[in-house]
Formats: sequence, structure tokens, C-alpha cells
Amino acid sequence: MKVIPEFLRKITDNEIWKSVFRHGYTDTPRNRALQIISNVWLHLHPAKVREHGTKIRFTWCMGGITFFVFLFETITGILLMFYYVPDVNRAYADIVDLMYVVPFGRFLRNSHRWGAHAMVITVSIHMFRVFLTGSYKPPRQFNWVVGVILLVLTFLLSFTGYLLPWDQLGYWAITVGTNMARATPFLGHEGPFSYILGMRADNDIRFALLGGTAIEAPALLRAYVWHCIAIPLIASALMMVHFWRVRKDGGISGPL
Amino acid sequence: MEVRQEKREFVEFKDDKVFTWPTLVAKEFLAAIFVTVGLLFYSYFVDAPLRELSNPGQAENPAKAPWYFLGLQEALVYFDPWYAGVVLPSIIILGLILIPYLDNNPKGNGYYTFKERKFAVTTFVFGYVFWYVLIYIGTALRGPFWAFFWPWEKWTHDFPTPAPMHDLPLPLGIILMGGFYFAGLTLPALVKRDFFMKLGVIRYSLTMGLLLTMVGTVIKMVFRLAFNVKYIIATPWINI
Repeated sequence: MKVIPEFLRKITDNEIWKSVFRHGYTDTPRNRALQIISNVWLHLHPAKVREHGTKIRFTWCMGGITFFVFLFETITGILLMFYYVPDVNRAYADIVDLMYVVPFGRFLRNSHRWGAHAMVITVSIHMFRVFLTGSYKPPRQFNWVVGVILLVLTFLLSFTGYLLPWDQLGYWAITVGTNMARATPFLGHEGPFSYILGMRADNDIRFALLGGTAIEAPALLRAYVWHCIAIPLIASALMMVHFWRVRKDGGISGPL
Repeated sequence: MEVRQEKREFVEFKDDKVFTWPTLVAKEFLAAIFVTVGLLFYSYFVDAPLRELSNPGQAENPAKAPWYFLGLQEALVYFDPWYAGVVLPSIIILGLILIPYLDNNPKGNGYYTFKERKFAVTTFVFGYVFWYVLIYIGTALRGPFWAFFWPWEKWTHDFPTPAPMHDLPLPLGIILMGGFYFAGLTLPALVKRDFFMKLGVIRYSLTMGLLLTMVGTVIKMVFRLAFNVKYIIATPWINI
């Protein structure tokens, strides 16, 4: 049974290894705390957490996974932006190129698409878990509100991405979705009481969303900018608040 | 100089804390790996959908919104777009935001329990499940022209003409809907006095108003399916 330790010693106990890693890691309480508080990424966590909060049967890990999938989508999304131009004359051809010409393009697009669906699912399961554990109760009321807004932003992120391939699927899905805006009471030109504000097809809320009366070039550009820049920025800002508040509100919820 | 310190009684704090490193970080790391592998594995074998170039002159049939909005699109069968597409989702979002301020039951904070918060859990789970049931119907059971097909039926354009629908007479509609909200707001307050007292007038009205709207949405669907009622309240300005 001494094979593994011996093997590890051989790897680390030589000049090359020691030239890279100056010192080893001794498993002491002090070092465990330092691993967290002296690491810019990990210090999102406290050095110590209540034990139940580390149990997957309590958290289902869904909030963390949602955040991770968001990062996954950011990376795959940036890579897709190298190949995709939000121009009605090019967009569809760019996606076809991704599927058939660009090395690993199909793989890249697939993972971005399925990641988007995964994020919608995990964020809604996260909300379900938070409800069942009563984690929105005092003092965490406001963080639940932030969470609800993040849920809506996740839907909008996915929805704005739907139009970008400029194919029949996205085009008609966005048509169905934005046609709803027509029916907004007061603000949509087919909605109840819209005559009060003098709404027409070319000045109502749907017009503002699409940048026109139909889904054309301005709508594609708007979807692109919302999808790649505006919503991710807003969501990131709210995520900072969300995670920060988890800590400020007393760490992960648990029985008192 | 002598530093005086109060003699304090020693209080033993329940310390169930563990080091984040490696207990939690290891799990997060593993979760990240599993999710990445799962996503990449799935992406390798299953292609993201891509149809023909968009063509404004040729509508898809059925034209479906992304799946997570299909519950709302399914609600379009039963309601006008101003409700199904705009007001209903707004009420849902508003209702979700209000939950922590309406639920003033101190029990069940930070652990799983059904016993200590039956009303809250039942209401939320009902709404959550109903949302996904509608999504399932909209995704899997709706074919061309949004006609209903069972999972074992083939989607065709040859389906029976739906039965003609009628509106309820306006006075009846107003009485039904007014009566529904009136009874729904007053009866529980009278029967379950302590429930009302615990919440107070404002919390109680908001809670019940939201609950009645959720239940009413379901009831309207039943009216439509069972009695072919198109609108409960039909006016030249607004239809419900």
C-alpha cells in the first residue's frame, strides 16, 4: 500500500517540480482558511460554512450550477461572436457555416444552445429549492426579490438568443412572443384601452422592442445587443448583489 | 495598570461549521466537472435545431414560442393575449416578488418542512406544477393550428372542427366573477379567523387576491373546456 505515496513523493521530490512549486501544502486549519481568504476567486466563500450548507441533499447545488452554466454560456457565447454577424443578410449563413464549416463550430453552437436550456431549468429548480427550505424568510426577503429578477433575466437571455440564427424556428417564436406585446393594456396598439394613449402599430411598446413594425434588421440587432451585452451586464450586476447578500444575510439558510 | 474584564458566563455556541476548503469547494469543483462533461457529451450527440432561412411570408404551423413560454402561449387558448401574454406573467412575477413579504409564518426558515407551512408549500407547488403542465401541453400536445393531439396521435391538418363557443351574459359574468372574488376574500377570513388575524388585512387581501387569480385562471380554463364558454365577461372594451 505504499505505492501511491511513494509515487507521489517521486513526482514532487525533484528539482523540476520544486522549481515550479516553491513549497508544499500542509493540511492545517490555518492553511484551509488561507486557501479561501487569500484566493481572489474563492473568497466569494467564507472560510467556514455551516455543515448542512455543504450537503447536496439540502442545496441540490442548483444555484451554484446555474452560475457555472452562466459562465459556460459566457465563454461559448464569446467564441460564437467570432463567427456570427447580426446582419440579416449574413446571420443565417454564419450559423450554417458554424454547423458545417467552422472546426468544432457545430459542437460549440450545440453546447451554447443546450447550456441555455440547462440554465433555464437549473434556475427554476433553484427557486423551487429555495422556496421549499423557506430561505426567503427574514432576513433574506430582498435576496429572493433579486433572485426573481434574475430568473426573469434568464428567460430574457434565452429568448433574445432565440432570434439570432435567423431561421424559421427563431423568427416565428419571436413573432409569437413579441405579438403579445401588441396586446399590452394601454401600451400595445391592440391591447385594451390603447386608444387612450393613441397607440398605433408604429409607436407602441412592440415597436420599441423590435425597432420597427415587423421583425427585420433592427430587431435582429436589438436582440443581439440585449443578448450579448445588455442583459449579461445587468444579470452580472445582480448576481454580485445576490451572492454578496447570501453572505451578508448570515450565510446559507439553515435551521436556527 | 490592571485591565478589568467582566466575568462572563461561558456560553456554548453550537458550532457545526466546517472548513469551506476542501468540504464545499471539492463538491463545487466536482459539480462543475459533471455539468461540463454532461453538456459537452450531450452537445456531441444532439444537434441544436436549425430550420430554413426565416421567411416572413411563410408562417410556421404551429408557430411556437421557446418552450419556457409555452405555458403562456397555451393560456392563449383560454384568454385574450392581453391577459395570457402580458397581465398573467406580470402577476406571476409580482406575486413571486411579494412572497417573502406576504408569508409571515416564522416557521420553516432554512429547512424542509411541509407540516409547519402547509398553505405556503401547497400553493407554491400547485402553481409551479401547473406552469409545467401547461408547458408540457403546449410543447407536446399542440399541433398545427394549435389543435390538441394526444401523445399517441399523429399531427394532421384533419382534425374535427372545435365546438362553437359562447359568451356568458354580461350580468351573469359580472355576478360570477364578482361573487368569486367576494366569497374568496370574505369566507376564509370568517371561517379561518386565526389565519386572517395572523396575516392582517393588507397581507391577507394580497395573498388571497393572488391565490384567487391563480385559481380563477384554472377555473376559466375548466369553463372553456367543459361548457365552451369563451368569455366570462364580454364587453366591447375588454374580455375576460
